[in-house]
Parts: sequence; structure tokens; C-alpha cells
Amino acid sequence: MKKLILDLILKKNIRLNEQVYLLIFSSEKGLPEILPGQFAQVKINDSPATFLRRPFSVNFVDYENNELWLLIQVVGAGTLKLSETSPGASVNMILPLGNSFSFPDEKKDEKILLIGGGSGIAPLLFFGSWLFDAGFSPEFLIGARSSIHLVEVDEFKKYGNVYITTEDGTEGEKGFVTDHSILKKRNYDRIYSCGPTPMMKAVGAYAENNNIFCEVSLENTMGCGIGACLCCVTDTTQGRVCVCTEGTVFNIEKLKW
Amino acid sequence: MVDLKVDVGKLHLKNPVMTASGTFGYGMEYSDFIDISRIGGIIVKGTTLRKREGNPYPRMKETASGMLNAVGLQNKGVDHFIEHIYPQLTNVDTNIIVNVSGSTIEEYVETAEKLNILEKIPAIELNISCPNVKEGGMLFGTSCTAAKEVVAKVRRAYKNVLIVKLSPNVTNISEIAQAVEEAGADAISLINTVLGMAIDAETRKPCLSTVTGGLSGPAIKPLALRMVWETARDVKIPVIGIGGIMNAADAIEFMLAGASAVQVGTANFIDPTVTIKIIEGIEDYLNRHGYTSVSDIVGALET
Repeated sequence: MKKLILDLILKKNIRLNEQVYLLIFSSEKGLPEILPGQFAQVKINDSPATFLRRPFSVNFVDYENNELWLLIQVVGAGTLKLSETSPGASVNMILPLGNSFSFPDEKKDEKILLIGGGSGIAPLLFFGSWLFDAGFSPEFLIGARSSIHLVEVDEFKKYGNVYITTEDGTEGEKGFVTDHSILKKRNYDRIYSCGPTPMMKAVGAYAENNNIFCEVSLENTMGCGIGACLCCVTDTTQGRVCVCTEGTVFNIEKLKW
Repeated sequence: MVDLKVDVGKLHLKNPVMTASGTFGYGMEYSDFIDISRIGGIIVKGTTLRKREGNPYPRMKETASGMLNAVGLQNKGVDHFIEHIYPQLTNVDTNIIVNVSGSTIEEYVETAEKLNILEKIPAIELNISCPNVKEGGMLFGTSCTAAKEVVAKVRRAYKNVLIVKLSPNVTNISEIAQAVEEAGADAISLINTVLGMAIDAETRKPCLSTVTGGLSGPAIKPLALRMVWETARDVKIPVIGIGGIMNAADAIEFMLAGASAVQVGTANFIDPTVTIKIIEGIEDYLNRHGYTSVSDIVGALET
């Protein structure tokens, strides 16, 4: 897929909680084809404290309404500046980057579970909508520290059942995603996950023990996002590879974590 | 119409803008964004005799106006380059230059010898300045004796244009430059990254797996500019300026300080089209100031 450098216009900036913002962009030239799991390298405007672009998974694409959604969790100077962007502002992005989640076979009755934690839910909404539109019945398991950290739950509900865990028990079942009772009740054929690394490792271990196909989308500090700087590496069975070009999505069988 | 052509020794460049090793992959990574043939020269990723996995993650930390990296020369080795990458580059209509690194003199020599046979590689850049490997690399670039020895041996083994990339992590870069010139280098490029460090106070841990790394980006530009200016006065061979070039004005400053050509590095990560903008910006500058050739501004600093 051809990588593009586009100036997108911010349509809406919605604060979802203390740290998380939903930025909805539109493109005057129309949006390119983007696959679920792919990401954008976003330039941070007027930010002398930062220097490099910041990578964000595409949260959702609505071609009919010309909308591209990014979910921004404020973690540092770059994300803080981005969260302060006002509607109407132009934001420069390189996209689409990276590989994508691999699609299930034609068997529409496959039981598919998408497990997300924190702002790592971002690519799963786009993937869930894609699966739903293709006739699959995905389910979602979302983990957060506390109910106030849960975002976009209603969006996920449009595409399938949503199961929730919170570490403090303020919503859904108390504990981590891998503690949720649904994992004992249903035998899933495929699991896709994105979230904090310890969570994805636990999900990966669960899938491996139960012989379930499992892909995870890794987060990593990136320089360029296009495979030139070789900074965002992870160790795999095929050696040390760039997460930005060989991933961000990896089958857990390939990862040496 | 201004003339952007420059010669770096026997190396003919259609314009003075090249890409720095390790910041532009093998060129193909950027071909979705620009016509890479328009660049004066592409210096490909540091190549070693044998495959190297590089350093463990994390290998990069953004710092004020710059980035600190400790990639550690990850590459698949010179034979892989010759068999698999070179054939993809032969139709690129610009100079493809291979950056060569090694742990021992023998490794540098053997790698350079293997590259002799490649018709479409008009030059190599000898990296005696990588701060991110345990053996070799910068060790060769921080002593006049060692620099002279490795350059002289590679000179005997390599027939095309030999550029030597210098380290800024020395007290007197001009002395090293002169030693390299005496040993037979056709040109020198400077500077490689500046040895630096970043710490995460919250975890009390270094930000890089290797503790120290190489700093690049606009943070190092004044330092690079000073070193290019000092060195260009003391050597007769052409100097290629590198260090934090983000736009045409930066590139022109290096040329005024005495650089015959420049390399753009870290800026490629932020704007993959930046090289083309710099080429066009230099042309515009020359027109505005009534110069007919880009070589007119080399060393034209008025002090």
C-alpha cells in the first residue's frame, strides 16, 4: 500500500476522560484505503519540546462521513500538545503504515475475541467494525484500571458483545482481562489483542495454552515509522525486526517475549 | 538557471544534497514519497562484513531538539547487500554510496574489497565514528594513528572514491582529518553523532539499553558547523557537512562554512520529502543572491 503524507483537518476534539481524547479528522482529498491495525505518524504542531512524529493506531475510519479517528492518551509533551489541538487545525500525518490484523477465513461462525486494555483498544474498534461489516460476529473484552478509564464502550457495542473487567471492580468483573469468566465459558477460535505489554503477554500465554490463534499489536518507541531508522525493534523468531514495518501486528508464535 | 552540480573529488553529484547513512534505509523506504533519483547521493545503511543484530531495545530516545540512538549497526552483512539489495538499486539514477563499518581493520578492508566489483557504487563512506558498537567503530576515529592505519589499508584495497566519516567525539577533529587525508582519503564527511546519554529519573534507569548513544538532530548543528569550518580550512580534500540539517538555510550554512556538499539525516524521519525541499531551497537561495553555481558559496563565509 502506498504511504501518503496528508494534511488532515481536525473536525472534533472530544475529551473522553482525564487522559484520553478522541480526535476526529477529515481529509479534503478523501481518505486512502487503511486496514485495521495500521497506524499514522502524526506531526505535532508548534511543539518545541518535541521533535519526532508520534505513532497512533487508527481508531476508526468512516469513509461515508470522511472521518478518521485517533484515540490520544496523554503520556508526555507530544501527546499533551496534540490533545490541545483545536477544531479546524491542520495536522500532518504519514499513513497508512505497518501491517494489519490478519482476517479470518471465510467461516463466518468463527468465534473471534478482541481483547483491549487502556488506550490499546484503539485499533480494535476499527477491526471490530470491519469484521462486523464482513459478516462475522466479533466479541470484545475490555480491561481498564477503573470504570472512569473505560472509553468507547458504546461504540464497541455496535459491533458485538462487550465484556469488561476493571482492576478495582467498579465496572464489569473485578481483575485483569485474563481473569474474565467468558474465557472459561466460550472456546474462541481467534484472539486479537492490543494494550499494555504485560496484558498482551498474559493474553498470549492464555492463547498459547489453549491452542488459540492469537495476534497482538505492539506499541514501541518509533523514530521514522517507515523502516529507515531501525529504532523500534522487537525480538522475533526471525531475528530483531522493526515493529513499524514487520508489525505492528505479530502472531504470538513469532514473538520471543 | 543555476548550476547545482558539485564534484566531491571524482564523485559527481547532480546537487550537493545527500542522505546520511542510517537515516534513509536503502532509499526504497522513501520512494513512495519522493523520486529518490533527484537526490545528489544516497548513503545507505552502515554495512559490515557479517550480519549484525544491533543493540537490544530500547535504542532511541527523543531529546530536546534531537534524538539519541544506539541502533548499533544492525544490517544483514555485505554479501546480503551485494546479492539482494544492490540489484534493486541499479536503476536508481543517482549515486548510491555504501557506508562501511567494522570491528577490525581486516573487516573494513574485506568489506571494501567486496564492494569494488559493484559497477553502480561510485564510492564508499568509511565509518570510523560509530559510537554504538563495543569494538571498532569510533575507536578508529578518535586516534590519528588508528585512523591513518585503517584508511591507508582500505585505500589500497578500494579503487573508487573513498570518503571517511569522522567522529566529533575528539579534542581536535582537524588533526584526525589531516591524518585521514594523508592516508589517501578522497573526501571527509563530518560529523557523526555526538556521544550522549539520557536518564529516566522516575525509574532511575538509563533510557537506552546501552546507557550511552549518539545524539543527532538540530541540537548538534552549531557543534557540527564549527567542526566543518575548522576542518575545511586545514585540509585540501572536499568536506561533506553533516549535523542537524533541517532545511535549505541549514545546508547553505554548512556550505558557507566550507562544505562542498551536505548530508541530511534525522530530518528525513520527520519529513520524508525534506531532501527535495532542501534542493529547491538551495536553488532559490542561489537565484536570490545572484550566484550561477552552487560551488560559488562553498567556503564563502565572510569573517
